[in-house]
Amino acid sequence: MATFLQHLTNALSVGSLYALMAIGYTMVYGVLRLINFAHGEIFMMAMYLVYFAIAQYLMPWYVSFLLALAITALLGVAAERLAYRPLRDAPRISILISAIAVSYFLQNLATVVFGGRPLTFPNIPMLTSVMTIGSVRISRLSIIVPLVTVTLLIGLMLLLKRTKAGMAMRAVARDYDAARLMGIDLNMTIATTFFIGSALAGVGAIMWGMKYPQINPTVGAMPGIKCFIAAVLGGIGNTAGAVLGGVVLGFVEIMLVALWPSLSGYRDAFAFVLLIVVLLAKPTGLLGEKTTEKV
Amino acid sequence: MMQIKPVQPSRPTKKSWISMILTLVLLAAVFFVLLGLQGTKNALVLRIARLCAINITLALAMNLINGFTGIFSLGQAGFMAIGAYTTALLTIPAGKKAMMFMLTPLIKPLDTLTLPFGVTLIIGGLIAAGAAFLIGVPCLRLRGDYLAIATLGFSEIIRVFIMNAQGLTNGAQGLKSIPANATVWWTYGVALAVIVFMALFTSSSYGRALKAIREDEIAAESMGVSLFAHKMMSFMISAFLAAVGGGLLAAYNGTIGQDMFRVIQTYNVLMIVVMGGMGSISGSVIAAFIVTIGQEWLRVLDGPINIGPLHTQGVAGMRMVVFSALLLIIIVFFRNGLFGTSEATWSAIGTRLSSLSGHKKGGAAQ
Repeated sequence: MATFLQHLTNALSVGSLYALMAIGYTMVYGVLRLINFAHGEIFMMAMYLVYFAIAQYLMPWYVSFLLALAITALLGVAAERLAYRPLRDAPRISILISAIAVSYFLQNLATVVFGGRPLTFPNIPMLTSVMTIGSVRISRLSIIVPLVTVTLLIGLMLLLKRTKAGMAMRAVARDYDAARLMGIDLNMTIATTFFIGSALAGVGAIMWGMKYPQINPTVGAMPGIKCFIAAVLGGIGNTAGAVLGGVVLGFVEIMLVALWPSLSGYRDAFAFVLLIVVLLAKPTGLLGEKTTEKV
Repeated sequence: MMQIKPVQPSRPTKKSWISMILTLVLLAAVFFVLLGLQGTKNALVLRIARLCAINITLALAMNLINGFTGIFSLGQAGFMAIGAYTTALLTIPAGKKAMMFMLTPLIKPLDTLTLPFGVTLIIGGLIAAGAAFLIGVPCLRLRGDYLAIATLGFSEIIRVFIMNAQGLTNGAQGLKSIPANATVWWTYGVALAVIVFMALFTSSSYGRALKAIREDEIAAESMGVSLFAHKMMSFMISAFLAAVGGGLLAAYNGTIGQDMFRVIQTYNVLMIVVMGGMGSISGSVIAAFIVTIGQEWLRVLDGPINIGPLHTQGVAGMRMVVFSALLLIIIVFFRNGLFGTSEATWSAIGTRLSSLSGHKKGGAAQ
């Protein structure tokens, strides 16, 4: 029972991490119909930024977190401005390749700027120390992560439903051209979307780093793809769906490995199998809206 | 939306006669250059030249599915891995295999089996085509970007499998001492065969069906093109060619490991295809040379640079930053690449040249 609870908390925190990043994918997909391949690299950059702020410049952890979040959010906006905006009216495949190019560029840039040598994410005892509740030993992180996710999710929901910027985002996601005709500032709305999405990836990266502390230039690739899968699983374009997808993916992964430890080497392959199954059985995902193909 | 070009009327025989002679001259020139290369003592030139040819094969494999059929597949690295491991396992001598597989011995028939290089390339290609069939059944039903992620996922699954199937692939240790069969003749022979195949295939009725799918799936389907069958054919042939390229790469490198077949390998090939133009054979061939030679040439950037008062320390990987920035610039500003979907045919070159000279003569003709 104790091990089961251990796995449960673990699954919940991994699932929440996936959820945070999946929101970024789903928001960008909502407004641009683009898989932001560079999302995983934004995530990687956030980990490096925190590392250098704490280990190199000896900043307190909360300052370095805020700084890293601000820079990653701006990085996301910059990527949109430089690589996606010029291609907004181009065939979709071009903007997809552009996203791949950004991801490829950031990976190579990280290798040069930060070095290819793997680094260790700084340990922040205040957030990661282990507590014992009854017979279950859990890291504080396992509680902090779901809490942060839920808080951010509520904040995001309020932003989307209650503010003008949020309404603009929903309008753009619903109908790009109609939104433009209604006088919505497209550039501003899309930039805001990238800002929020990238900041959420940054939050995810920081907590991921505390949980799995190795950093290298390709560290974002796998979480990036998995979180996209989580977003598809929940129904791409749907924020609540992204969270659900993330949590489901986290549970499936952790529980499968917990039940059949011999499969742990194949852990990264589960997500893809799940993706194929979902796309074939219910292409719009768990909470996705039904869309009809226009000819 | 891409522009659909009108079907060119059949050219007068005199012109096709001239272009045939020009092609033969070009082939003879290529042959003598290769003969010269074969005899060269410059190991670096030989290495780069062979890598160019391998990249031509890899780029054309990707161009078939991504450029000509308009299906954005990112599974290339996985198929290359299949080809590379097949060739490696079937050409490494038995004694060396026994030495390498220390943790788990290699499974039965493979541990002593060795086959001629050419046969292993074809076997690798066939296995990859089979894998492509299995992958294609679910994936080819997906739309655009979902398909990209799903194929990328399968490529990763192949890599994860390689890492874990200790008794077949030697896991994370990879394979060493692969016989250096990738000579100038093999690499260029394969590249030439692939170029000829692609030229014939893309102008055949199958190739035209693929282009129709690229331009408009629904229109193609209503004209009687079976979407699934044609996509599957293109996907399997692409996988076959990618595996042949992977096999050549294994023999060229001498050592392989699962790390070589990460997604970044797919991006490297994608770069060539995009630069040359998605849907252009000649574009891919020329871009393969530009990118391969360019990457070698930009190695300077990885070392220390001294330009007058400017001194920079060598940073390993700098050339890849330059290259990825270049890919970004190409896709943002010149998204059709060098050739778009057109080809550098003799008549196209002729028209270009005559229009240039006509321009020089000024208004006389007008």
